[in-house]
Amino acid sequence: MSEPKETRKTRYLNPYVGGVLLGLVLLAANFVAGRGLGASGAVKSVVATSIQAVGREGGKNMPFMAEYAQSHGSNPMKSWLVFEMLGVLVGGFLSGALAGRLKLKVEHSPKITSKRRLVFALAGGILFGFGSQLGRGCTSGSALSGMAVLSLGGFITMMGIFGTAFALAYFFRKNWI
Amino acid sequence: MGPLAPNEIISENTNFLLAFFIGIAFGWVLESSGFSSSRKLAGIFYGYDAVVLKVFFTGAITAMLGLLFMSLFGWIDLDLVYVNPTYLTSAIIGGVIMGAGFIMGGFCPGTSFCGAAIGKIDAMVFIVGLFIGVYGFAFTYPWWEKMYMAKYLGEPKISTTLGMSDGMFGLLLIIVALGMFFVAEWAEKKFPREAY
Repeated sequence: MSEPKETRKTRYLNPYVGGVLLGLVLLAANFVAGRGLGASGAVKSVVATSIQAVGREGGKNMPFMAEYAQSHGSNPMKSWLVFEMLGVLVGGFLSGALAGRLKLKVEHSPKITSKRRLVFALAGGILFGFGSQLGRGCTSGSALSGMAVLSLGGFITMMGIFGTAFALAYFFRKNWI
Repeated sequence: MGPLAPNEIISENTNFLLAFFIGIAFGWVLESSGFSSSRKLAGIFYGYDAVVLKVFFTGAITAMLGLLFMSLFGWIDLDLVYVNPTYLTSAIIGGVIMGAGFIMGGFCPGTSFCGAAIGKIDAMVFIVGLFIGVYGFAFTYPWWEKMYMAKYLGEPKISTTLGMSDGMFGLLLIIVALGMFFVAEWAEKKFPREAY
């Protein structure tokens, strides 16, 4: 009678419909705030706040964060991207809850162990975090939002991200296929 | 009229509140498109699932067209909309490092928060990595400062660089995207997808 859980779990939005909706959200962000979407910027805000909390001395020795705090007023947590990312957590949770996808688990190919998956997730996160600071934004803030406003840098970063991932795909194929 | 916040039509606090609601919609769309699953995201690099390509390019094109039309109708002043600056060196090297992180970690920052929101432990570990990476960059910034600032080109539009109008570039991008969608649909049929 009821469908097996596996097929229900994989039922996602049509990707082209999802894309149009994503575009409308990005358009709304530009219309409201005059800026696009982002993700890594919120991580940076938390990092900047924690460094500020440790003390002024720490901040002084870190021109990258000091400059950031200055351009965001006294409180880097009061930033557009921090509020937006809190929303992402809520929106993602609601969508997953309604689709029956809430589950605490390590997702990985059956050919690799959970431990291997987590080690690579950590390493990938470190690289992505570092790269997003050097590249002034991640897939959301630099590539997607940059492309919508026709930023040359946005297109270059997009090609850098996807081109490199394609180029390295062969070496990491065991993790995925 | 738009953009609302830079034109001071809405207050700073209203802008933050709307940021939260826009974030909810952003997270909702990403999750319901399957971006909370690293195996689905990585599928594009092996041809078995091209959801990333389809959603990403449809999204970018929809927003781009929306902005061009809204500007044409006088609904938004594009001079007040933030255009990402182009620092050539760091845009390329940053992109390359992020690409390596993508194929290893299976997420990007936005999607990892979506995955974490529905309980993916690998996404949570990826986020821990993000923090380590951002701290790492901040602590070692003096080493990279020169590279970070190199080859600053201002805020050029890709259409200007290529010597064409915004509309013409938009049309070209749509044609390229349609071509990629065609290949993507073919690839998804060719490469089998497991149930996950």
